[in-house]
Amino acid sequence: MALDPDLAAAIAVTRFGLGAKPGELEKALPDPTGWLTAQIRPAGGADLANPNEPTSASRVMEFREYQRQRQAAPRSGQPFDPVKFAGQLIRTDTGADFLARVQLGATTDAGFRERWALFWCNHFTVSATKAQTATLVGPFEQEAIRPHVFGRFEDMLVASSSHPGMLLYLDQAQSVGPDSMAAGYMARAAKGGGGLNENLAREIMELHTVGVEAGYTQADVTEFARAMTGWSIGGLRDEGDNAGRFVFRQAAHEPGVRTIMGKQYFQSGVDQALAVMKDLAASPHTAHHIGLKLARHFVADDPPPQLVADLTRTFQGTNGDLAQVAKTLVLSREAWAPQPRKFKTPYEFLVSSWRAAGVSPDKLEDVAPLLNAMGQKPFSAPSPKGWPEEAGNWCAPDALIKRMDWSEALAAKALAGRDPTDIAKAALGARLTPLVATTIARAETREEGLAILLMSPEFQRR
Amino acid sequence: MTALLTSRRQALLGALGLGVTVEFLGHKAFAAADGAAASRKLIVVICRGGMDGLSVSPPVGDPAYASLRGPIAIPGFGQTGGALQLDDTFGLHPSLASVHAMALAGEARIAPAIATPDRERSHFEAQDVLENGGALPYGLASGWLNRALVAIGPGQVKAISVGPTAPLVLRGDIQAASWSPGSSAGQDPRLPGILADLYAGDPQLSRALASGLATQSMAKTATADAKAALVAPDAMQGAMDGAGDAAMATGDPAMAAAPDQMAPRPAAGALDAQGPGQRQGLAAARGIGATLSGFMVQDGGPQVAAISIDGFDTHANQGASQGQLANRLAYLDAVLDGVRQGLGSAWKDTAMVVVTEFGRTAHVNGTGGTDHGTASTALLLGGALKKGGIVGDWPTLASARLFEARDTAPTMDMRGLFKGLLVGQYGLDRRALDTAVFPDSAAIAPAVGVV
Repeated sequence: MALDPDLAAAIAVTRFGLGAKPGELEKALPDPTGWLTAQIRPAGGADLANPNEPTSASRVMEFREYQRQRQAAPRSGQPFDPVKFAGQLIRTDTGADFLARVQLGATTDAGFRERWALFWCNHFTVSATKAQTATLVGPFEQEAIRPHVFGRFEDMLVASSSHPGMLLYLDQAQSVGPDSMAAGYMARAAKGGGGLNENLAREIMELHTVGVEAGYTQADVTEFARAMTGWSIGGLRDEGDNAGRFVFRQAAHEPGVRTIMGKQYFQSGVDQALAVMKDLAASPHTAHHIGLKLARHFVADDPPPQLVADLTRTFQGTNGDLAQVAKTLVLSREAWAPQPRKFKTPYEFLVSSWRAAGVSPDKLEDVAPLLNAMGQKPFSAPSPKGWPEEAGNWCAPDALIKRMDWSEALAAKALAGRDPTDIAKAALGARLTPLVATTIARAETREEGLAILLMSPEFQRR
Repeated sequence: MTALLTSRRQALLGALGLGVTVEFLGHKAFAAADGAAASRKLIVVICRGGMDGLSVSPPVGDPAYASLRGPIAIPGFGQTGGALQLDDTFGLHPSLASVHAMALAGEARIAPAIATPDRERSHFEAQDVLENGGALPYGLASGWLNRALVAIGPGQVKAISVGPTAPLVLRGDIQAASWSPGSSAGQDPRLPGILADLYAGDPQLSRALASGLATQSMAKTATADAKAALVAPDAMQGAMDGAGDAAMATGDPAMAAAPDQMAPRPAAGALDAQGPGQRQGLAAARGIGATLSGFMVQDGGPQVAAISIDGFDTHANQGASQGQLANRLAYLDAVLDGVRQGLGSAWKDTAMVVVTEFGRTAHVNGTGGTDHGTASTALLLGGALKKGGIVGDWPTLASARLFEARDTAPTMDMRGLFKGLLVGQYGLDRRALDTAVFPDSAAIAPAVGVV
């Protein structure tokens, strides 16, 4: 049974993409599936929100300089307000990074490519909830995630796990093997610190790869944490231009053979954790974990088992070739059910609203307060698990009222004399139901009509 | 000005004609309005990230405590930055001064070795189990507190959560309200009615809208009540201006209203513990607690509430009497104090429980923090509490007693504590508790002698 072409175009742009801009449905109409597959770009990866953004290395060093100054300030007697300084740092850098990402979402012609990238940014969450990592979220997404979203999963896993943003967010940078040379030195020098931290190792297993249902034990987590000791960030004393970049510190690495999920790892140095990651990436549990998450994100909180199975099979059969997985997703019939089952997150709602209105926010103040109020503070997922998917989380009373208020505000600002019925047709196409169309047509004002569109069940879901 | 109270929302509520709204606003929430349960309140505070029980209620009298904890041990009673004494063994973290004052008045107790049934040390599994009330994660899409409302009888007791999003513990068949700071800017009085019609065939959207509108009409009174109740004059300033360092999980209500949208909260030793950010954060926290109470004391207002606070995952540089965890505990203390002050005379009928998904390792780790563990401390607060010592047994920290040679051993299933609270506050029977509210939990008896 083939879908009606108009409906297929509407689903392609609103469910797989980020919502329709004026004229976008027409572009997808001749070949909705082809419109999607053309956005898969194995060589180029995802678009970069801000190609001129400073690197994570420079941000790491800036933050260290700030900490140094802060410590030096009392002795030098200079007035220095660290709170103010940090606030400026965060606002200017992190705010600019985030705004650039929102603007990319609001304007891109490749909405599916961007949604796919956002999925992976959330899968490998680095959150600004830590002061240390706040300025690194943007660079993390650009350096570790976006280049790899249509490449091999294992490459993205390694890029994420060795990125300064992740190494700081999940406390890996300071993890030291208890029997390593560095631990011995610190003990002799009676220095504090110097021990194992299992945070990143656990989350790689639980969240990024195999998932808890794989049945690993606490001992497996600890062994993996030992294998990862030495994965750290260079400072000024490191050779070459390693300052602020990933370095492997042999001296901090726990010597010896590791046993993880029944397999022994005899490698030494950085290769040991790389070998573990290779196996984790290739595990059938990882294929299923990723397949389920993708289906849940794109199609339904409780996704069709056949879709999950198809995605899992492709992931495993192609050794985690994400371009192939993306193709399987858009070619799967189960993904095209006419009924929209995903309730938009606040970010998705705002981006799709701007696209529908044909506008793009030009300052952070137009974006951040809204997302805060709706429960999705910029770059600040509440935990390494990332933002939740379920409608039950987002479709809460308070959040809905805030969406309603904002819809009115956007309508008042962005309408510019246009007819809300035209906007509704361009935004939802064949997904616009007669009831919503009639209600919009009967609105007392154009502003009211646009607000009705944005708050309609069809627009709130995708 | 009263004429303005009829701003748009009030006007609309009439126009909406939704039964749930009228009931919520106009009538006592309780059909058995004169029954004892009609005034009973239950507040569940979820501290996310794995709150370190050994710092919340440090067992400074336990012979193994100081050596296990090293630099992050809380000093003993009477020392600088020392634990606030509860009994010979236990104290409270020095940041929990309000809780300690309640304890001295017989209105706060600790359950120092409590855990969910989950043993995986995964935040997400353990939070899921804590909230869904089952024995397994991901098994249930609704929360135990919502199913308790169903068991009490639909329409009998209403519930609210703080924050724009809905925590799992309150998701389910009964629509709970939610509230977070931030006022309505809407102008069009017709829109809610139009949307109610549009949502008629969509239960999820229609009940969320009705609840949201009803809550909003109560918010003005709740905020005013909170202002009146708080002793500290700057408290509401912080809450309503929202300059807080709050990191309420998923909801983040204090940040929701923050003008300085991208500022980080003071964290990880990066910023001064007692800087202006921290002080404003505490004022905001107290204001949020008091505003929640403002909803709960209104006629027909919610009697059950859930609030979450995150930031307890202290893998590194956790600190002791001061530092990262001390700041989060001070924030928690301020929320709890705000709730108590805001409830006024209703405090005597209130039970509040503060729980976390798991505790942390008994040993300090190599980075001045602690890793995921098993049992932790639950705090019990409220005028409805019975007086007494610790709830549950203390396994001690002797090395042979540690769970898997690593964590505080659990001696009490968290479901038993929740059951005890539901029995004491709402008279729920064992059958409902063992099958519907906490499925397949007949082996877990309700805690006795708590409320």
